[in-house]
Amino acid sequence: MQITTLLENAQRHLGDAIVDHVIALNELTLEIQPEKLRETAYILRDEPELAFEQCVDVCGVDYLVYGASEWETFEATSTGFERGVERLNPSKTSTAWPKPRFAVVYHLLSLKYNWRLRLRVFPNQETLMLDSLISVWPSVNWFEREAFDMFGFLFKDHPDLRRIMTDYGFIGHPFRKDFPLSGNVEVRYDAASQRVIYEPVELPPRVLVPKVIRKK
Amino acid sequence: MTEIRNYTLNFGPQHPAAHGVLRLVLELDGEVIQRADPHVGLLHRATEKLAESKPFNQSIGYMDRLDYVSMMCNEHAYVMAIEKMLGITPPIRAQYIRVMFDEITRILNHLLWLGATSLDLGAMSMFLYAFKEREDLMDCYEAVSGARMHATYYRPGGVYRDLPDQMPKYEPSIFCNEKETAKRNANREGSLLDFITNFTDRFPGCVDEYETLLTDNRIWKQRTVDIGVVSPERALALGFTGPMLRASGVAWDLRKKQPYEVYDQLDFDIPIGSNGDCYDRYLVRVQEMRESNKIIQQCVKWLKANPGPVIIDDRKVAPPKRANMKTNMEAMIHHFKLFSEGYCVPEGEAYAAVEHPKGEFGIYLISDGANKPYRLKIRAAGFPHLAALEEMTKGHMLADVVSVLSSQDIVFGEIDR
Repeated sequence: MQITTLLENAQRHLGDAIVDHVIALNELTLEIQPEKLRETAYILRDEPELAFEQCVDVCGVDYLVYGASEWETFEATSTGFERGVERLNPSKTSTAWPKPRFAVVYHLLSLKYNWRLRLRVFPNQETLMLDSLISVWPSVNWFEREAFDMFGFLFKDHPDLRRIMTDYGFIGHPFRKDFPLSGNVEVRYDAASQRVIYEPVELPPRVLVPKVIRKK
Repeated sequence: MTEIRNYTLNFGPQHPAAHGVLRLVLELDGEVIQRADPHVGLLHRATEKLAESKPFNQSIGYMDRLDYVSMMCNEHAYVMAIEKMLGITPPIRAQYIRVMFDEITRILNHLLWLGATSLDLGAMSMFLYAFKEREDLMDCYEAVSGARMHATYYRPGGVYRDLPDQMPKYEPSIFCNEKETAKRNANREGSLLDFITNFTDRFPGCVDEYETLLTDNRIWKQRTVDIGVVSPERALALGFTGPMLRASGVAWDLRKKQPYEVYDQLDFDIPIGSNGDCYDRYLVRVQEMRESNKIIQQCVKWLKANPGPVIIDDRKVAPPKRANMKTNMEAMIHHFKLFSEGYCVPEGEAYAAVEHPKGEFGIYLISDGANKPYRLKIRAAGFPHLAALEEMTKGHMLADVVSVLSSQDIVFGEIDR
């Protein structure tokens, strides 16, 4: 099946719910209005010309430092290349990314037509609230829980939106780009109090290989 | 009058039938399951976040550690996603090697599954039979990569190196005399491909043995038939893939439907079940082992006849030959840049999925043009399966939870990531 056919079918049935579309690497990505997400999902599943029976994956994306590089080499001198690694400053928002910071990405699969579709939704950036798609595809249950746990998205009408991957009583959303790789707390067994205790991480964050962007 | 209340039971995380570190909170009415709440994440290592802090090639090793019983299939999805974004295609010989090792991995995975499941259900000897054959496949891994499990063998643009011409051999020791050692080395005299040929000739007989023990076994059938039934429609809605979906009667296999590498040139069938119960999932997996064996035989035949390069000749992605590096300045610089900084992947996003032994294993990769992935999402096959555990076990007896859980082929390395 041609990817352009899919795009035409989607445009015909979804209309103005589609904000933007991209075809790259033979994959179609649609950007959907957050208010119309559930409505769109029902059409994508039930419309015979689209027939996306399965939701394969749901994940969050944080575009905070998109396109920001940690090491910019300006000149070669007699003493060698500039060595200073500028650690990404989370408070500095990315300039290379024109769209909002947080997105939820859905991957859909149609067994009938054997095609895949990617939906990207930018929820309200203040509340990070989206409609849960659990009534459309029950498979999104744990994927939405994971997106909540890792990024803090809230899915309205999700029956059981608990943390899933992180520890009981964990604070923060670890896959956000402003969450340190080594975390904030570490646990150890304390012999004096005879229990496992939490302490602030002592390991300083460091960059082993700086992030470099080279345009050809 | 005493109040009758449901009983809450903790199953795991330290339970031999919990397949690793599953904590399952069960609510029982007598012995009937009312509610099953899997608590996962005890093996969460933030693989996705770690991968985002490293150059692309340094994360291949992390992929092995996801589903640690089907290592190379995980690598495969990851390198496929990178290759897709870089727009490179590995040489045809590398594609055959990958397919061969994918299928070896599938047999590895299914053998472990078969052994562990039957052990869970009380068939101790199956475990030993399954692990005996597994050992030879581990040796294949070791021969190509030097590691028995975490191979890091697939690289963007091909595989790390060509198949070896000789197999490592046992050496005589105080526990094993010369004559006994020679006997153990009998199938190791030739190349790796000869060793694999020997395995594939023998393996269908082994599968027959397993089936003799289990397929018509009365106890086995009592434990698996009509347990955890999932209808095809429900299996699709719940996001099932792989043997779980096929056992429910949906003929869907990415190797056939969205062929990658050279699967479209190979002759094999995809077994499907009809009832969607634990027994059908068992039958599907056993049949898949036979099909994998067929694929391996075809790959071996092709690989014996067609020597050639196994990794692309692009110094920005693949390292130069070591001998070349010692004499050629250019090669030396390429080597240094590749292993220190890595390569930049063009801006964009891609989703690459393989038919993993457990189902669809996908990698969703976003690159902002840097030498590290901007976002890496691992779509683990077992994740939606385990999410459906409650639905599959509700109303069953406590002992059936073990059947259902093990029929899902759960490995926590990939679920918790």
